Amino acid sequence: MSAPFSWIRPEPWGVHIVPADVWIDPGRAVDKALVTHGHADHARGGHGETVATPETLAIMELRYRTGAEDDAGDIPHKAIPVAYGETIRLGGGVDATYIPAGHVLGSAQILLEHAGERVVITGDYKRRADPTCAPFEVTPCDIFITEATFGLPVFTHPPIEEEMGKLLAALSTNPEACVLVGAYALGKAQRVIAELRLAGHHDPIYLHGAMEKMCRLYEEHGVDLGDLRLVSDHTKDDMRGAIIIAPPSALNDRWSRRLPDPITAMASGWMRVRGRARQRGVELPLVISDHADWNELTQTIEEVNPAETWITHGREEALLRWCELGQRKARALALVGREDEDE
Amino acid sequence: MKAFATLLDTLVYTTSRNRKLALIAEYLRNAPDPDRGWALGALTGELDFPAVKSSTIRNLMKGRVDPVLWTLSRDFVGDTAETASLLWPSTDLENNDFLTLTQTVETLSSLTRVNAHKEMPKLLDRLDANGRFALIKLATGGMRIGVSARLAKTAFAKAFDVSLDDVEEYWHAIDPPYAELFQWAAEGGDPPDIEGRPRFRPFMLAHPLEDTRVDLSDYAAEWKWDGIRVQLCRVTDANGEAETRLYSRSGDDISATFPELLDVLPMDAVLDGELLVRGSTQGGEAGSDKQGGAASFNALQQRLGRKTVSKKMLAEAPAFVRLYDALLIESEDLREHGWEKRRGHLENLVERLPDSHFDLSAVVEARDFDHLAEIRETARDEAIEGLMLKRRDAPYIAGRKVGLWYKWKRDPLLIDCVLMYAQRGSGKRSSFYSDYTFGCWAGDPDQGAELLPVGKAYSGFTDAELKKLDRLVRQTTLNRFGPVREVERTLVFEVAFDSVHTSKRHKSGLAMRFPRIHRIRWDKPVHEADRIDALKALVPD
Repeated sequence: MSAPFSWIRPEPWGVHIVPADVWIDPGRAVDKALVTHGHADHARGGHGETVATPETLAIMELRYRTGAEDDAGDIPHKAIPVAYGETIRLGGGVDATYIPAGHVLGSAQILLEHAGERVVITGDYKRRADPTCAPFEVTPCDIFITEATFGLPVFTHPPIEEEMGKLLAALSTNPEACVLVGAYALGKAQRVIAELRLAGHHDPIYLHGAMEKMCRLYEEHGVDLGDLRLVSDHTKDDMRGAIIIAPPSALNDRWSRRLPDPITAMASGWMRVRGRARQRGVELPLVISDHADWNELTQTIEEVNPAETWITHGREEALLRWCELGQRKARALALVGREDEDE
Repeated sequence: MKAFATLLDTLVYTTSRNRKLALIAEYLRNAPDPDRGWALGALTGELDFPAVKSSTIRNLMKGRVDPVLWTLSRDFVGDTAETASLLWPSTDLENNDFLTLTQTVETLSSLTRVNAHKEMPKLLDRLDANGRFALIKLATGGMRIGVSARLAKTAFAKAFDVSLDDVEEYWHAIDPPYAELFQWAAEGGDPPDIEGRPRFRPFMLAHPLEDTRVDLSDYAAEWKWDGIRVQLCRVTDANGEAETRLYSRSGDDISATFPELLDVLPMDAVLDGELLVRGSTQGGEAGSDKQGGAASFNALQQRLGRKTVSKKMLAEAPAFVRLYDALLIESEDLREHGWEKRRGHLENLVERLPDSHFDLSAVVEARDFDHLAEIRETARDEAIEGLMLKRRDAPYIAGRKVGLWYKWKRDPLLIDCVLMYAQRGSGKRSSFYSDYTFGCWAGDPDQGAELLPVGKAYSGFTDAELKKLDRLVRQTTLNRFGPVREVERTLVFEVAFDSVHTSKRHKSGLAMRFPRIHRIRWDKPVHEADRIDALKALVPD
């Protein structure tokens, strides 16, 4: 009998499940990978086999053509879809179950079971309601491997309705201008659009070209985003009084010169800190995040109540300290290549 | 407080100067009295609440939040006020619970060091996160929201369509909340009566000369002395009581720091000059026999910023003023006259002043511009900052008007140093490693000599370079000490500085004056950086 949990090993480029030789969200190409969600720092291309939810596989295919028959390269790509709640055998006596994480469309936590020991890897997650994806489910386990992107007590995300209110107020007080919202192309953009629709805003929303395909993908998966148009098809005057969504990198780019007097907004959890907004020249910061804030991170650890908490990426020092104060066993995993999204 | 907090918050995110002016003007037009006066005082940095310090807030927070979590948060956010405003628990507030700005200012004024830690929580509980940010900024001073005093006054002038020159003229005679100023500008009342009150007149300032060449028949040259620019102002009131005050470049009253200058002016006057302390370097050899010697800036620095000054200090480093200009002499306003005429008045005046406390900044004579350039190059006095060029027919005009005065600074000294430590910046640079400590080799690096820190700089690079430096710091971190990271010795900075002096504060025994990054030498191997000895050789005798 081997030592408890010796079958799961955190390495710098991902978590390794040793008896099955499978990696979770590996930062480099491996023979077999379990992927939690479609963001680039978790879902790299080029694996031999990629196991993920059908939505995540569709997102990866859009981005990297993983699993596409015409994909170049020698490695045989194989995409293995797993539905939420479905358990698959990985070999070596390890089972994996995909559970909604509430982060973006298709995002999952992965429950790993081996010889009666249970480990949950959250990937990225949040606890707030999101009209574009299935909600996070609390799953009891022995080891809880959590993200910590917003792992500082200064990060408390306000209710999204407040932020939508700020955005719509800026729009109505500047009818001749437009509001340009910087939002991550996968997840954040679609969530902002869907929340605007919920807030009763049914005007056309204009998209930067880089947003179009992902929005269509969401719609194909049943997320209604309303009347979307492309900036490139329209004149300045068409877009007066409208909301424009673009990737953050386009905010201060020449591209935005085609817009009518844009007010620069940015939807990101980092907007909680004034200095961050100022660094990017953001005039209207919208504190909207697809990650758990400090209260959600700590509340989730309390609810899951694991024997041990491992913290993967972000501001792990503060969350470690919080665990220490509550006499919870915890350790930080130094994974490489995890980036702060929206940065 | 709500409107003021919203104003501050919006200003933080506004980059356009015109938009800032419009926002402040709109607030000043709409806010009630005396709220708007206090707000103007806050924006111009004129409010001071000595009972509340940044440490008061820190201690308050460390009693409520785990100290480790507080420090991690503060380091990330880069601003104590903002961190505290985010971490303080919000309570549900009824509208009339919310503090007004005037209530806030009145309470802050009444606080003492002893009760501040008890009273501040009560104020914080009656505000939301934005309100708490405004409160702490207000209480601890230093808004740092990208609004200068000048910009706030410009907005005031714009709000009520009055002349900015008039506002500047009245400004220093009236205290917050500026009732007389609002009465005049906003309500159409009489102009404030400021006769018989000592007050600061804004300085005339210079542009850098850069590539301009001037004709010396149009411009006179003077040395630019290395002290602090001051205005000495004596006024006699209706009862015949005379009062003298000393103002710094920004208009701060620094009279208490230099008491020896307050009873030496025998007539009413407003004089512009350089404050120096006695010594043997500055001016000993540079000018007329009217000038005595002065010490380097280093010596003067010991006396700056003190609220009281000891007898010993007065005896060891007595201050005097080297005069540049006269704005008023015996109630005659000279500002309309050209420089030559004012200079004539000043030269006559100096004859009547005690040489113990005054001398005249000599005019530098040169045949032509090239000759002047030669004189500038060969000026041996290490404490002369360079030359001033003043248009002979220019009146004394507040601010920086193109073509009237130029400063022609000496070229900076340069040395190659190695990056050793980096610290996170604050404000706009929060969470970027933007403050760099660098060192020179204590001996031959190939023989195992160590680096000793010689200075610290946080300017002289572009935003793009900052990003690159920040990435380098994160990738080459050796050790972390709170907000400071020690990095691998991989990068050479060419550092520019004005001068270097001996100092006991640093292990290297040296301190640089105004060091800034001149160039980043991505290409240069660290063992080719300069040695301490090279820097030592630049210390003036």
